[in-house]
Amino acid sequence: MKKKNLLTRIIIIAVVTIVGFYLVIGPRHRPSWRDFTWSGIKQTLASNIHLGLDLQGGSHLVMRVKTEEFLRRLTEEDNVAAQNAARDAGYEIKGGRAETGNGNYRLIVEPADPSKAKEVKEAIEKKVELGDTSVWSYSESSGQLVWSMTPSAQRTLADNATTQALNIIESRINALGIAEPTLQTHGAQSSHQILLQMPGVQDPERVKDILKGESRLELVHVIGPPNPSPATTYPTEADAIASLNSAGTIPPNRKVLPYAERMELSATGSKDPNQQKPKQWVVVETPAIIDGSELRNATAIPTQAGRSDDYEINFSLKKSGADKFGRWTGAHINEYMGVVLNDEVKSIAFIKSQIFDSGQISGRFTKQSSEDLALTLRSGALPAPIEYLEERTVGPSLGQDSIRAGVRASVVGLALVVVFMLFYYRGSGVNAVVALVLNMVLMLAGLIVFGATLTLPGIAGIILTIGMAVDSNVLIFERIREELRSGKTIPSAVDLGFKRAFITIIDTHVTTVISSLFLFVFGTGPIRGFAVTLVIGLLINLFSAVYVSRTIFMWELSRKKKVESLSI
Amino acid sequence: MFQILHGVNIDWLGNRLWFIGISVLLMLAGLGSAIIKQATGGQAFNLGVDFKGGTVVTARFKQRPNDDAIRVALVDKGIRDAVVQPVTDRPDTVLIKVPLEGEGQDGRSRVREALSQFGKEAPPTQELEADQNSAYKIVGTDAVGAIAGAQLRNKAIAVTLAALVGILIYIGARFEWTYGAAAVIAVFHDVLVTLGFFSIFHIEVSLNVIAALLTLVGFSVNDTIVVFDRIRENRKLHRRDSLYKITNDAINQTLSRTVITSGLVFLSVFAMVLFGGEVLRGFSLALLIGVIFGTYSSIAIASPIMVWWEQRLEAANRTAALSFNQPIRGGVRAPRVNATGSTKSTKQSYS
Repeated sequence: MKKKNLLTRIIIIAVVTIVGFYLVIGPRHRPSWRDFTWSGIKQTLASNIHLGLDLQGGSHLVMRVKTEEFLRRLTEEDNVAAQNAARDAGYEIKGGRAETGNGNYRLIVEPADPSKAKEVKEAIEKKVELGDTSVWSYSESSGQLVWSMTPSAQRTLADNATTQALNIIESRINALGIAEPTLQTHGAQSSHQILLQMPGVQDPERVKDILKGESRLELVHVIGPPNPSPATTYPTEADAIASLNSAGTIPPNRKVLPYAERMELSATGSKDPNQQKPKQWVVVETPAIIDGSELRNATAIPTQAGRSDDYEINFSLKKSGADKFGRWTGAHINEYMGVVLNDEVKSIAFIKSQIFDSGQISGRFTKQSSEDLALTLRSGALPAPIEYLEERTVGPSLGQDSIRAGVRASVVGLALVVVFMLFYYRGSGVNAVVALVLNMVLMLAGLIVFGATLTLPGIAGIILTIGMAVDSNVLIFERIREELRSGKTIPSAVDLGFKRAFITIIDTHVTTVISSLFLFVFGTGPIRGFAVTLVIGLLINLFSAVYVSRTIFMWELSRKKKVESLSI
Repeated sequence: MFQILHGVNIDWLGNRLWFIGISVLLMLAGLGSAIIKQATGGQAFNLGVDFKGGTVVTARFKQRPNDDAIRVALVDKGIRDAVVQPVTDRPDTVLIKVPLEGEGQDGRSRVREALSQFGKEAPPTQELEADQNSAYKIVGTDAVGAIAGAQLRNKAIAVTLAALVGILIYIGARFEWTYGAAAVIAVFHDVLVTLGFFSIFHIEVSLNVIAALLTLVGFSVNDTIVVFDRIRENRKLHRRDSLYKITNDAINQTLSRTVITSGLVFLSVFAMVLFGGEVLRGFSLALLIGVIFGTYSSIAIASPIMVWWEQRLEAANRTAALSFNQPIRGGVRAPRVNATGSTKSTKQSYS
């Protein structure tokens, strides 16, 4: 009975060990002789274990979608639309504004005749979607119509904006052809953060710029007398506002935007910074004729054939946009139209004839920047600007340094522990060392099975596990020694030693797992790797330090009829 | 059979006032350092970019200019409060730490601008050694914005406290809540003492250090549990002994295990301090200090507090039982006669 029990144990251990070794150093293809050489084993090991960005090199970016900006814009747009709607319906409006900030998004319309409040509200809600009470809660106070965005709508809209931003970023990442990116939301949902990991990317500058590009394209009507007089520009913002004759305010259907006029390249193609024309301002009509959502395609092309440093972007419009654009341009021949990118006028041109579905954005682009801009335009505009919260980049050489340091520290740590155990516990020390080595192998196998990532702190977790794993054996051995001293026979001392120490081992393991779990929840990337290795190492330790080393003792004791001594 | 610390019989609890005195002193020293540093215009802790925000650029040179030359180059480009820190095990590499300056300031490109004074940077696709024309290469960047820094800081504190509560609940369930409370107080003490060291010696506190603190929480509770487990076992075996004696015996019985395990963990962590490289230095230093105090506190802090508390409870229960002179109903625990049974043990106890 006992013999059979022992045999089962040995078989289980053998199977686990073989599977463990295969997982760690076994090739995933049909093995060749090369796989059994030292360098072959190292290579297989490297391809089996998934290394974290801090070891293999790469970029880790955390960004936040500025959803408050999204809500602010939405409120302001609705404010403009509401006032226009009321005016279109023939009501006089004394004033109106959008109030945003401190988590409040309100738009306020003040009709000239307070007694018409109800009619004005109806006229507005017929045209602008403010009637949905789950989004806007309506109130009237001292002749003002007030719509406030409800907190739940704020949350939903902000979450939607984040999801949308995530999709757009994903399409940009794909368009850039970045290998094996990880893109996911990060932290609490209400934090609107996105995590992007790009293995192998050493300099994320360009990617960051492309992802950040809002690429809000608008085609607008530039206010001013038509051709042949030149487009109306103003030297300062104040001048532009003064031209509107509305006491220093901007009416809801107008916008004042900066205009950096395109600088002509000199004959040699060099750019002289002194030549750059000063920033100017123009007045445009709002809402825009059409915006970027009507875009079908955008490509970068050289302005003149053969020029490699002067590019522009050709774009074409979808059917619906083209219809709208054609109708508008047909009615505004000889007037001026501007191409606006992210609230900056890029170029102004007069309308020679009706235009339907294509146009250009010109303005001092290099090949790279025009291609990047075309890419972002194709992927669509971000619903809100994003900001970078965290950037961690590790070059492969730095990663190599870390691997080397980590391996060296593990080997030294392991060696110190092995030497001590063999010296102090003699024969039983071998037992503990076998358990320890098996623990290391199975730990790596565990990392592979769970698809976990090995990071530098993860290696620290392995080193720490060496120390903690051996604790189980120390507990057991010390207990066996104690039982031997109190006069027990060797088999019963071993038996009691394991039995008594086991309770303690469970308790100590559970508490460490508890603190590691919190670490896992708290940590990002590397630190998570630490928690993972620690937990896997501890679980495996129950097998290696208790089950395996018990079996070794059983086997030793079973070889002799009468046990007289135990090397411990 | 070679054995260290066999058959020791030390009256640990008898020295409790010394132990607690030393611990209080250490905690006060750390606290004092933090307060003085804060009050004199400095910072209580040398917080790394993880918590303060800012950029750390790791630059590798073919021929590293001396730190002052790098500093001058940085100041030339308007980066004033940068810290230039050589890497101990890589003489060709420096860390350049640039504090946070408003949104949109890109630390990496600003440092690059300053370093271009020393020559060309190797292109991203090429290693520094492989490119003849270049003088340096930025091999790593850590940039953390103000929001992320504050977020990480709050999360670190919350998670450490949550882990302590988790452990309190587990030990409370497995033993008794006085044991759990004593263990958690001891661990809290370890964390404070370790943080104190970081304040006094102005060692940088990074995200990894927080990970080390949480590991330390697990490790220190480990040690405490080994002692508590033995106390629980001995209480069943020796019902006549006082809690005071049982605790002392338990500490003495587990002492060799404690010393061996802590020694081994200490050795492996020490290997990490020596060979683990720059990135892990803060982590391994925190653990090294933590291992020492984690071991110390399970003997010197957790056990005395637990014994004191248990005896207070028992005394309270006894008076309650005497004054009502009737069986105690649920809610109040019955006195444990065995723990404070003999006159001898009452003399030794705290109450």
